[in-house]
Formats: sequence, structure tokens, C-alpha cells
Amino acid sequence: MMIETLGLTKSFRSRQGRQNTTVEAVRGVDLAVSPGEIFGFLGPNGAGKTTTLRMLATLIEPDGSTAVIAGADLRKNPGEVRRRIGYVAQGGSTWDESTAREELILHARMYGVSKAEARRRAAATLDAFQLSEYADRRCKTYSGGQRRRVDIALGIIHQPKVVFLDEPTSGLDPQSRAHMWDEVRRLRDEGMTVFLTTHYLDEADALCDRIAIMDHGQIVAEGTPDALKQEISGDVVNILLTESARAAQVLGSSDFVRKLETLDDGVRLYVDEAGSAIPQILRALDGDGIALGGIELHRPSLDDVFLTKTGRTLRES
Amino acid sequence: MKLLRDTWLVFGRQIQLFLRNPVWLIVGVIQPVLYLLLFAPLLKPALGAKTNAEAYQTFVPGLLVMLAIFGALFVGFGLIAELRAGVIERSRVTPVSRLALLLGRSLRDVVSLLAQAVLITVLAIPFGLSVELGDVLLAYLLLGLIAMLCSAVSYAVALKVRSEDALAPLLQTVSQPILLTAGILLPLIFAPAWLKNVAKWNPFSWAVDGVRALFNGHPDVPEVWKSLVILGVLTVLSVLWAARSFAKSVR
Repeated sequence: MMIETLGLTKSFRSRQGRQNTTVEAVRGVDLAVSPGEIFGFLGPNGAGKTTTLRMLATLIEPDGSTAVIAGADLRKNPGEVRRRIGYVAQGGSTWDESTAREELILHARMYGVSKAEARRRAAATLDAFQLSEYADRRCKTYSGGQRRRVDIALGIIHQPKVVFLDEPTSGLDPQSRAHMWDEVRRLRDEGMTVFLTTHYLDEADALCDRIAIMDHGQIVAEGTPDALKQEISGDVVNILLTESARAAQVLGSSDFVRKLETLDDGVRLYVDEAGSAIPQILRALDGDGIALGGIELHRPSLDDVFLTKTGRTLRES
Repeated sequence: MKLLRDTWLVFGRQIQLFLRNPVWLIVGVIQPVLYLLLFAPLLKPALGAKTNAEAYQTFVPGLLVMLAIFGALFVGFGLIAELRAGVIERSRVTPVSRLALLLGRSLRDVVSLLAQAVLITVLAIPFGLSVELGDVLLAYLLLGLIAMLCSAVSYAVALKVRSEDALAPLLQTVSQPILLTAGILLPLIFAPAWLKNVAKWNPFSWAVDGVRALFNGHPDVPEVWKSLVILGVLTVLSVLWAARSFAKSVR
């Protein structure tokens, strides 16, 4: 395993007025990430994603747990962990008055390489991230997407085994996001393990090999995006009609319906397989003389998974 | 060895960025010159000094200590900007020495202060200041310690409070009594007994006495070695404190 944790926990003490309160930010996270995976942490703001990431990146000390990252023990040997990982923070990491090349050379040298080697690596990395053109301009002149690419370049300049990306596409326009996804895939293709957080469902779905859904400091579901979607139910069928109460009564007792929700303009059914369910639905409604306005079929999304696991949608949390 | 290399790395970056900003260079030169030109002429009558030289001999050391304290005490603002930009966090993910993250920055502050100090000393010579080379070098050592001490404290506090809004009033509150009880602008010869007793507990008051003694050609008076010891100990303590803050700093 490239990342393995058992019972990763962190609580913060905060003072509200005269009362000391303890906030349990991360409550017992177990992880097992294989080499070469893109592993995604999906969850709303405040779920504990960043705190978990910062613990794994040696920036804050966990309260309790065992964790081994790239073969080094997080608690006993954080120095060795630092040498083997890269970390890209959410808010950026470049200085307005420096150039990308200067930042990359300095950062490489902080890992102990010689000046000449740092120069060489900076040039190669700038090239790989298509930043050479702006390399000697000050960072304050960059666009959001360019600056984010410099952040990622800084995170991998020392060729780490694992790179942690905290919300890598947050605040980027759609085109820069797509570009960033390509960069992340390229890192994986070069043999790196990528551990990222996101609160975008489509990003987790499209980019990650495996995801863990985090809520209130705990992992509530874990697996490949497809398996997670499969797990909650086969398919989702929306039936549009006016007499939703009666339809719910008729269909609710059918054995092919796993779960039924009454909507304003109809009912939503979770069924194993839509292909065989739809004829049965039509027959049942027709038999009771309920008029049908329309029928919609969709594959469950990660949002449906999130809803089932946490009781609310990601958008509203 | 790693510590030296890392410190040099951080120092080099800080100096490079410092020199890139001409505003600081201009302010750093103009401020002390204005003190020499506009404030010093008041001193001869105010101090009852017999000659210009005597007034400068008293005033220049005080001015240098004041610049060392104030120049260095407010460097924490720059660190807060670095924190916000994510530069500190980025450094803390690397194996770079935490002590070097502090020392590289503090050394930049010491170097820029010493450059100012040399400039002021040279500019004051035409006004009648005269001082032995050995004495002035020892005085610069003392000034360097003051700058190191104040900049380390400033960085440690900045890492603690993490906001300019909290840092500004905090530093003002601390620096004002230090300034007033250190006999910086006017020597404490004029002070009533109680104020002199208060000043005994102000390490910077010892520093001012030490630097003044050196500028007046008395390197062998007890104030000199005492101030070196006091500031040396305080500097080591504050550096350790600040380096620990760099290691532990939580966002």
C-alpha cells in the first residue's frame, strides 16, 4: 500500500466565550491507497478532508493512529515522509514578486539537490506543465489556471511517490479544470500516486479511480465511482403524473421497487433494472386507470450515493 | 551543515526579494538621514552639549538602537503576507530545517539593519562624530543581536496571531514602553529615580548604555559586557521560541 492509515483522528480545542469546546475534525479514518491510484476524497466543506490531508502531509500531528506513507511511518519518521511526498495546498503557494522558475529552483533546493540539478529540474518541469513561456514573469501576472499549474509543479518537483492535492480545481474556469484533469492523469501515468480532495461530483466521477465519501470527520462510503453508484440501487425511474399519491400506493407494494419517493409532479422509483421494471410499471398503472404524463430514466449519480449515505445532497450541505 | 545550507538558501531568497523592492531601500536610507538632518540639530541645545560632536556622540547610538528595535520588531507583517500566500506552508512540507526558516529571515533583517547603521555612522562623521573602528564593530555586534532578538520575537508573535489586525496593536503596546524606558532619544540622566529603576529591567536600556559607551570610546566599562551577555541570552531564547513556532505552526 502507498498510504495506509488506521484510526486517524484529530480534534481541535476552540474557545467560545468562556467555554472550551472540542471539535472532532477527523474521527477514525482508515485508508488503504494502492500505488498508481488516483484516490479522491469527496465531501462538503468542513467534512475533515483538508485536516486529513494536512495530517498525512506532516503539517499537523494526528491525535492517534498508525499511518504509513510511501513506506515511512508518519509519527516516528515525518522527515522521511516529507522526502517522499508532495503536497499542494488549497490556497496556492507562490509569491507575487517571484517568478515560477525562481520558485521551482528554490523549492527543489529545499529537498537538498544542488543548484545545477535544481535548475535542470525546474526547466524540465516548466516544460512538462507548459509554463516555459511565462517562467520568468512574476507570479502576480499569471492567470488562475497558470498559477495553479505552478502550484502543482512545485508539489512534484522532487519526484515524490505520492502527491496530495487539496481541491486542485477549485475556482478554475471549465477549460482550466479540464486541463488540470489532464495534468493529474499525466502524473498518475508517470507512476505517481495521487490523493486529492474535491467537492465536485463530476470531478470525483471522471478523474478518480477510487473515492471515499467523507462526512462529519468519517468515511461513510468507499469504492470505485461505478461500484458506489451500483451499490445504492440499479436505476432510477421518474414517473410524471398528477395522481402521485395513488400511484405511490399502487407501486409501493410491488416487489420490483426497492425504494419509492413521492415528488411534487410524480414518483421516483429505485429499481434493480429499468428495462424489465418499466413494462411492469406501465401495466400496474394502466390496471388502476392512472394516467401517465411521462417517464424518465437515469443512472444514479454520485449525488444519489451521497444522499443515501448522508441523508442530504452534496449541494445543500 | 544542513542547517547552514538551508539558512543560506532561505537568506538568499529573502535578500533577493528585498533588493527587488526599491521602495524599502529608499525608505531605509531616507528615514535615518532625516533623523540626522532634522532632529539632531535640536540636540546640542537640548542636551546642553558643548559641541556638535558631543551631541552626536550621545544621539547616534540611541538612533541606531531605535532603528534596530523598530526595524526588526515589525518584520512579522511580512511573514503574515507569506503565510497568506502559502509560502510558509509550502516550505514546511519540505525537509528544510525549521530553524533555518527563521534564521534565514532574521539574518536578512540583521543585514539590512547593519547596512543602515553603517550609512548613518558614516553620514554622522562630517557632523563631528568620531569613534574607534574596534569599538564601532563591537557596537554593531550589539545592534545585530538587538535586531535578531526583535525579529525573532516578531516572527514568533506573527505565527501565533496570524493577522495584521492583531499584530499591529500588540507590537505598538509592547514597543512604546520599551522605547520610553530605554533612554533612546534622551539619556536617562534626566530621569527621576523611579524611572531609572524601571529602566534597569528593560534589556534595551542596557543595550543603549552599552552602545553609547562604545561610541564614546569606553569599551571596558561594565555596561558593554553586561549588555552583550543580556542580549546574547535573550536572542538565543527568542530564536529557539520562534523556530519552535515555525515547526509547530498550525494554520
